Amino acid sequence: MILRFANLEWKQFFRSSYWQKSMALNVLMVIFALYFILIFLGLGLGLYPLLRELYPESDPFVMVNRFLFFWLLTDLGIRFFLQKLPVMNVKPLLVLPLKTSKIIHYVLRKSALSFFNFLPMFTAIPFGIMLLLKGYAPWQVITWNVLILLLTLLINYLNFIIERLSSKTELSFLPIIALISGVFALNYFGLISFENLVERGVNSIVQNPLYLLIPFALLVGLYRVNYISLKENLYIDQSLKSKTKEANTTDLKWTRRFGSVAPFLQLDLKLIWRNKRPRSTVFILIMGLLYGLIFYPNPHYQDMQWLYVFVGIFVTGVFMINFGQFIPAWDSGYYKLLMSQNIKYKEYLTSKYLLMQMSAVIMFVLSIPYVYFGWDILLIHFAAMIFNIGVNSHILLFGGSFNRKRIDLNQRAAFNYQGTGAVQWLIGFPLLLLPMLFFYVPYHYLGFEAGIATVIIIGVIGVVFHQKIMQMITAKYIDSKYAMIDAFEQTN
Amino acid sequence: MIHVKDLSKCYGQTTVLHIPSLDIPKGQTFGLVGNNGAGKTTFFNVLLDLIKPTTGHIEIDGIQVNKSEAWKPLTAAFIDETFLIGYLTPEEYFYFIGELRGLNKADVDTFVLQFEELFNGEILGKKKYLRDLSKGNQKKVGIVAAMLGNPELIVLDEPFANLDPTTQIRLKKLLKTLTENLQATVLISSHDLGHVTEVCERIVVLEKGEVIKDLATSAETLKELEHHFSV
Repeated sequence: MILRFANLEWKQFFRSSYWQKSMALNVLMVIFALYFILIFLGLGLGLYPLLRELYPESDPFVMVNRFLFFWLLTDLGIRFFLQKLPVMNVKPLLVLPLKTSKIIHYVLRKSALSFFNFLPMFTAIPFGIMLLLKGYAPWQVITWNVLILLLTLLINYLNFIIERLSSKTELSFLPIIALISGVFALNYFGLISFENLVERGVNSIVQNPLYLLIPFALLVGLYRVNYISLKENLYIDQSLKSKTKEANTTDLKWTRRFGSVAPFLQLDLKLIWRNKRPRSTVFILIMGLLYGLIFYPNPHYQDMQWLYVFVGIFVTGVFMINFGQFIPAWDSGYYKLLMSQNIKYKEYLTSKYLLMQMSAVIMFVLSIPYVYFGWDILLIHFAAMIFNIGVNSHILLFGGSFNRKRIDLNQRAAFNYQGTGAVQWLIGFPLLLLPMLFFYVPYHYLGFEAGIATVIIIGVIGVVFHQKIMQMITAKYIDSKYAMIDAFEQTN
Repeated sequence: MIHVKDLSKCYGQTTVLHIPSLDIPKGQTFGLVGNNGAGKTTFFNVLLDLIKPTTGHIEIDGIQVNKSEAWKPLTAAFIDETFLIGYLTPEEYFYFIGELRGLNKADVDTFVLQFEELFNGEILGKKKYLRDLSKGNQKKVGIVAAMLGNPELIVLDEPFANLDPTTQIRLKKLLKTLTENLQATVLISSHDLGHVTEVCERIVVLEKGEVIKDLATSAETLKELEHHFSV
């Protein structure tokens, strides 16, 4: 039976037009995966000598266990944003003579094979081998490795519970951020020393392998919780039960001033506000806005102004990157309607452009308080905003014409997580790196002002040629019209 | 109004549509009948330039659909639910479509009001999003929206499917008055032989993508069609 499920998913993946059209992206994902494997492998091999050197007076094995708490916390945080919940198209299977428990077990067990679970082992196993070579007791090392595996799986299933809970709330990032920073703060201010707890726990387990039963029991418990909550979600009327919200209509009169673009702008605003997926991109704004706080107050980065460009682009473009890369997939549900109505493609695209442009300006205005950390930051943010408006928004629009993956807005609740995951962030990289490069070269040779000027000038060029660029982009969209219609028809 | 020339659509080796020539004059109510896979929806999709034909082309009012977009203001269509925007209320959807067709809010309001009977009090002013309406009610919204702004050509794919009996009868009445008063050309596809013969002046039977019967509706038409399909 498991084989058959796997077969189904295999077909779903390889037969989707998304896969066939975006080979390049898949290759990129593989390269990234290999890159991370290498880094973790390197860490595993280098950890022992590194700790020896940094803390010559203490046992590296003990030191590792001391840091384990931070490792687990980071793992949880990263997973939340990058790892997808295990998904399967369950509806067609529900009426077949299959035990639902089988389906759920399959979905849950599959997730144990996630890349994120293998990654830590690339560090843990080489480190274990190093320990063996240094003469630690084999049964201790094996126990430790088993323990790491169990902890990784614990984090895996814990993450699903958190993701499922937070996908029900509007501010989907808040719970995880609150949890992680809460635990971290409790630890940091010494109220509850999780650091010590984890260390002591690990040490006693390593001393007595029988204690492994405790994390194992925890794992079984978490698995059980996941099982139960998935089982509840396996009814298709689940979404109906969760009340049909009363529609509140607004006519958004202020959009009128944009003339013929107005109806599309209204549509886009409603799209964002009335559907959970796009609405979550709005909440990313809050995250993006606070992003600068990681860098600016830190004296460590004081002399790395090129890094500020990265932050600036991110802060003023966070909405743009998250919303823009799914143009026109947001409208995939009714793309055929748009294509057969009395609509000019250019107006449709201009509305999206306007939206991105407005977001950049708003984000810039909101980020003005960062001037507290220096005038140069304000200047950089301004340049970044111009660059986002002039260049990045056009790139995103252009990239959209290659979009072949449907987003199903109507499908609510339980199993709708399309288009989230690692790929989403991957696409943002060139948008962030390019302006850094444009800044860095003149900055390095001529100084700060030259760097800023270059970024602004390139952005302004984009704005000046806006009409021309839009014409090009529109032509590209018309060109791929049939392929897009066809791809958006596919439900998987 | 519609002129089809050497039209064919192939997927690999299989031809799913092959119509050497077909003309539909202005004001005609045209019915398309055929079993599953006969090519009805494919024909409509090519007509609306949603699928690229392998050979040949279709003209609407002399405008070749895959060359120019000038046919769009004349044409309105409702093929399936993907023509609806789920997160709008019915009113907002009507306003949106109306605006694209050059109607202001007041125009749309008065136009929609005449369908009160068809809507049966379940659609307007209910503060519900389209995605939360039943399949049948969604269909009603789509069909009415396709009539907004007096288009010269209305394309409806299976308008009777999913509707309750009362609405089917009301819709038939509506379609008849539409062609009588407004001189619109209406294209309908249906599996229900009774409905099409009642509504349409002309019925074309498609089989494996080819036109095998082209009938002007008369008292005998229903019998003939039933005989044809009862193999």
